[in-house]
Amino acid sequence: MPGTDVVIQASGLTKRFGQLTAVDNLNLRVRRAEVFGFLGPNGSGKSTTIRMLCGLLLPSAGEIEVFGYQIPRDAEALKRRIGYMTQKFSLYDDLSVVENLGFLATVQGLDRGAARKRIAELLERYWLGDQRQQLAGTLSGGQRQRLALAGAVLHKPDLLLLDEPTSAVDPQSRREFWESLFELADAGTTLLVSTHYMDEAERCTRLGILDNGRLVADGSPRALLDALPGQPLLIECAQPRQAKHALRDCSEVLAMAQIGLALRVLVASEDARGPIEQRLRDAHIDAQIKSTEANLEDVFVSVTRQPVQAQR
Amino acid sequence: MSLRRLTAVIVKELRQLRRDRLTFAMIVGIPLLQLVLFGYAINMDVRGIDAAVLDQANTARSREVVAEIGSSQILNLRYQLSNPQQMDSLLRQGKISAALVIPRDFEARLESQGSLPQDRLSQGRLPLQLIVDGSDQSVQASARQLASYPLPGWESRQGVELVNFYNPERLAALNTVPGLIGVILTMTMVMFTAIALVRERERGNMEMLITTPLSPWELTLGKVLPFVGIGLLQVTVILLTGRLLFEVPIRGSLLELYGASLLFIAASLALGVFISTLAQTQFQAMQVAVFTFLPQILLSGFMFPFAGMPKAAQWIAELLPLTHFLRLARGIMLRSAGLIDLWPEILALLVFTVLMLSLAVTRVSKHLD
Repeated sequence: MPGTDVVIQASGLTKRFGQLTAVDNLNLRVRRAEVFGFLGPNGSGKSTTIRMLCGLLLPSAGEIEVFGYQIPRDAEALKRRIGYMTQKFSLYDDLSVVENLGFLATVQGLDRGAARKRIAELLERYWLGDQRQQLAGTLSGGQRQRLALAGAVLHKPDLLLLDEPTSAVDPQSRREFWESLFELADAGTTLLVSTHYMDEAERCTRLGILDNGRLVADGSPRALLDALPGQPLLIECAQPRQAKHALRDCSEVLAMAQIGLALRVLVASEDARGPIEQRLRDAHIDAQIKSTEANLEDVFVSVTRQPVQAQR
Repeated sequence: MSLRRLTAVIVKELRQLRRDRLTFAMIVGIPLLQLVLFGYAINMDVRGIDAAVLDQANTARSREVVAEIGSSQILNLRYQLSNPQQMDSLLRQGKISAALVIPRDFEARLESQGSLPQDRLSQGRLPLQLIVDGSDQSVQASARQLASYPLPGWESRQGVELVNFYNPERLAALNTVPGLIGVILTMTMVMFTAIALVRERERGNMEMLITTPLSPWELTLGKVLPFVGIGLLQVTVILLTGRLLFEVPIRGSLLELYGASLLFIAASLALGVFISTLAQTQFQAMQVAVFTFLPQILLSGFMFPFAGMPKAAQWIAELLPLTHFLRLARGIMLRSAGLIDLWPEILALLVFTVLMLSLAVTRVSKHLD
């Protein structure tokens, strides 16, 4: 039995679909009231992991324990304590906002009076009061997202799993949505959110970076930044693509990514400046090299080595 | 199984159905359209076949016979011919599909026919000849009827005449309407349930529902039960229209007819549920439903007479629920049979339902993979 504060404990979690290994020997521990972020590119196994954690998919190997329940064995018992917000809108387009919530309330076992009170409360909290009679299919992206969240937290779950909840939403709605998530975390709900937005990842209290089904980094955003092997340099020049080409097989460069008219280069140490300047001069590229603050993008790039790999 | 959750699904389903105008229109529209189509247009009893008369006897009695056959409206006697060559050319040109030939010795043949003993009737030479364009099946079928047409003055012996006991007026609708109840229920029940169940999966609702306490059987039952009501509504529409348009009688018990329909609805819904476990998309569900639907229509005895089919086809037909319902519906409506008389059909439908549901149970799971 893990400590009472641990909500999710998974070890050796693996999921294979035929030849493809979607999730590979993943170890995970999420504590109460954490906002745990799953960061990773598409196809890195975020959705599959979340689906296994809530008992939707059967793992090929490994152990999962959520609130002390063995999953998938005790998945039925777990259902009353978790809320799950799917990547795709999964409420009914041809039912109104109130009808959707009413249906879910009954399914979740709320009695009539409690359901009415809870729905009124949710409509107000998620600014859906004016749309109560509107069909879900005619709502805007942000409204649909808030309705889906209302549906997922209707039964006041202790653990909320969200699979890329903001992928179809404008930036303003995304900010508002995250405010709502923090509100839930403050009230003691544990949240597990998958995303591929860096700004969302920064807001999480803890972050797990997934790459090709493996958990390649796990810690608070601060800790991950501190553990970054090396430091980023910003190379400003007129031809960042050529600069990138010139530095392609430079051994001091750990990772590179182009950002507008600049090239972000992760190097092991400040000493790499010299060799880089030399190489750029050789390639007749006029560039300015500056030190810069490390961010999660650097962490992501360094642990997944994505952009460098993509060049090969 | 919780009654509250089940009710929640039914209420949701009815709300969605109410907003889905197209489906709703189809539920009432399909029975009406089919009834009118099968009742009027697809009339297996062809009437008004263009024909010619070659009366070589030309006696008072032969003219009487010609007038009688003309008034039957099966043949539309457009030409009076004087020699067989004319007949040949008219047939070949397609201007007529049949020709009534009255031989020179018509009177003599008629006499001898009347004097033959009962058991040697077939040895006599028949007094009338009907030449038919054999390339058209429906014309052939009609001609067969005409061959058994009672002729005036011909003391037609009962051994020759074809007796159509349950449908003396040869109304196709009388045979069609009971079968049509089954065909329409098959189409709508199987297809709509299969589609309705798969839709939940295809649109992604299922992924969310799986993480709620709702069990797959509450969901399935809740989605299927409204269709029982819809099926009974369709039966009512067909019976009422059949009555109003074609005066189709219900000679047996109305309650038993509804009972038989309910059983058939259950069998069709079970088939629909099973299909839904095979299909991944609504389109696939529709295809599989059509695939089960065709043999039912073709082999059940709705389109073609059961007795005329080869043994193998009959065996397959026995496996199909529509075959059994057809016997039930025709029995109750036209022969005033009771459910007890028809117990083998009831048993067959029950076995089919249980089998389909058991197959479905083994395939429904609460996981996505």
